[in-house]
Amino acid sequence: MRIDKHPVLHFEKGRKVQFYFDGRPMTGHEGEAVTAALHANGVMVLSHSLKRRHPRGLFCAIGKCASCMMRVDGQDNVRTCILPLREGMRIETQEGKGRLK
Amino acid sequence: MALKINKCDILIIGGGPAGLEAAYHAAKAAPGLKISIVEENFLLGGQLIKQTHSFFGSKNQFAGKRGFEIAELLMDRVRKNPDIDIHLQTSALGCYEGGIVACESMAEGCLKEFQPGRTIVAAGARENMAPFPGNDLPGVFGAGAAQTLMNVYGVLPGRKVVMLGAGNIGLIVSYQLMQAGAEVLAIIEGLPMIGGYHVHAAKIRRMGVPILASHTVVRATGKSTLEEVEVAPIDKNWKIAGESTVFQADTLCLAVGLTPGTELLEQSGCRMAFVKELGGHVAWHNDRMETSRPEILVAGDVSGIEEASTAMLEGKIAGLAAAEGLSGLDLSDEISRAQQELAGIRKGPYGEKACLGKDKLCKLSVR
Ligand SMILES: Cc1cc2nc3c(=O)[nH]c(=O)nc-3n(C[C@H](O)[C@H](O)[C@H](O)COP(=O)(O)OP(=O)(O)OC[C@H]3O[C@@H](n4cnc5c(N)ncnc54)[C@H](O)[C@@H]3O)c2cc1C
Repeated sequence: MRIDKHPVLHFEKGRKVQFYFDGRPMTGHEGEAVTAALHANGVMVLSHSLKRRHPRGLFCAIGKCASCMMRVDGQDNVRTCILPLREGMRIETQEGKGRLK
Repeated sequence: MALKINKCDILIIGGGPAGLEAAYHAAKAAPGLKISIVEENFLLGGQLIKQTHSFFGSKNQFAGKRGFEIAELLMDRVRKNPDIDIHLQTSALGCYEGGIVACESMAEGCLKEFQPGRTIVAAGARENMAPFPGNDLPGVFGAGAAQTLMNVYGVLPGRKVVMLGAGNIGLIVSYQLMQAGAEVLAIIEGLPMIGGYHVHAAKIRRMGVPILASHTVVRATGKSTLEEVEVAPIDKNWKIAGESTVFQADTLCLAVGLTPGTELLEQSGCRMAFVKELGGHVAWHNDRMETSRPEILVAGDVSGIEEASTAMLEGKIAGLAAAEGLSGLDLSDEISRAQQELAGIRKGPYGEKACLGKDKLCKLSVR
């Protein structure tokens, strides 16, 4: 959910852009963290634990914990919490450890 | 992956308040030195950019201003200095022989190699996990992560929140969640008393949020995201001592402390020490922020968990010490003034722990 009214903050957002999550078109603001855009679209599950396949979501939001690692435009293991959103980005949930390109 | 070689005199790892102040003061004291900052986020300012409340403390550290406003001021003066260049989306990966630091630039898709005369590690800290089943469910956040979502990006983490931890971070983030429109169902604290400032706690209580001391989270459950948080009273040995209460919540924030992010320091062979009061393992350092390796200095939360104003001053001291070492200038007066100011801030009731920790460190030998 986006915050509409805030007593202290005024959010300067980038222009609205379209991106894709697992093939589904979504909109977000250019330059915000990819995880913020996903969260605003109701996407909470970003990855799964390797052994037991537990769903994992945003946890640290500063690039330290690895639970937001996803495939972005074909590249695996991208920390999406410290990645700015760009128009047309293809974000996918990644299965397993991912591959080095 | 392509490799770019970058020349600089001082490399600063981390663009939070400590790193920004290190860069600014080094450049100001020794004009002509070339300074680079690498920051793995695409934003500068570290944890300060998400803090919306006014700061306590001294005027030199901008007391009375809100955290994100202070961050803006610090960034601005660094950006204006032509001797400082800033590499965003660039992670420091390792420190090697001869002081070489390898970094990955996510923005440019290349490796960058720096060969600085001095490296200042100002990489901050990470939030602690709490041990209970279900702590990895989506909807369980570090309190700082929830703060980033709502205060930096304007996205509410959830509607119904349980907060674990009644220290300052737990109290402040709870208040900010309510400001942003969420409902805080309860604040859970394992200790028998509240750790944070009483002004914050009183404000929270007036808003009708119960603070349950001597309680803990027993488990978090939900199908694919958080749905319920089970909470129970505990005795002083942290054993369950009564019946559980279940909160229907979509968000659980963990505000149970921070741990210094010391990987690079450990990897580079700096002497490490475990000091409980500083948040865990830290690199040994003296009061000029120099570590056991002559070319590596530290500043801010990575050298011991404290707060933004002390991080700024440690950054200043480290920046000046590094500049002095490379330029041959005598900056001892300026360094000792900053040291005195830092000691002054730590005299307050909440500086006690840090003082104790830094004293313990000083008593250890370098080797
Ligand atoms: C939730 C929360 C609330 C807080 N509230 C307050 C408060 O109310 N008042 C107060 O005074 N203090 C508060 N603090 C503490 C204060 O924010 C920190 O003490 C201060 O920001 C520390 O500054 P720093 O520069 O050491 O680290 P940080 O601000 O954490 O900055 C470190 C930077 O280094 C970068 N980095 C890390 N590793 C690498 C790498 N390998 N390569 C490149 N870059 C890297 C990070 O991305 C980050 O930007 C709070 C902290 C948190 C987490």
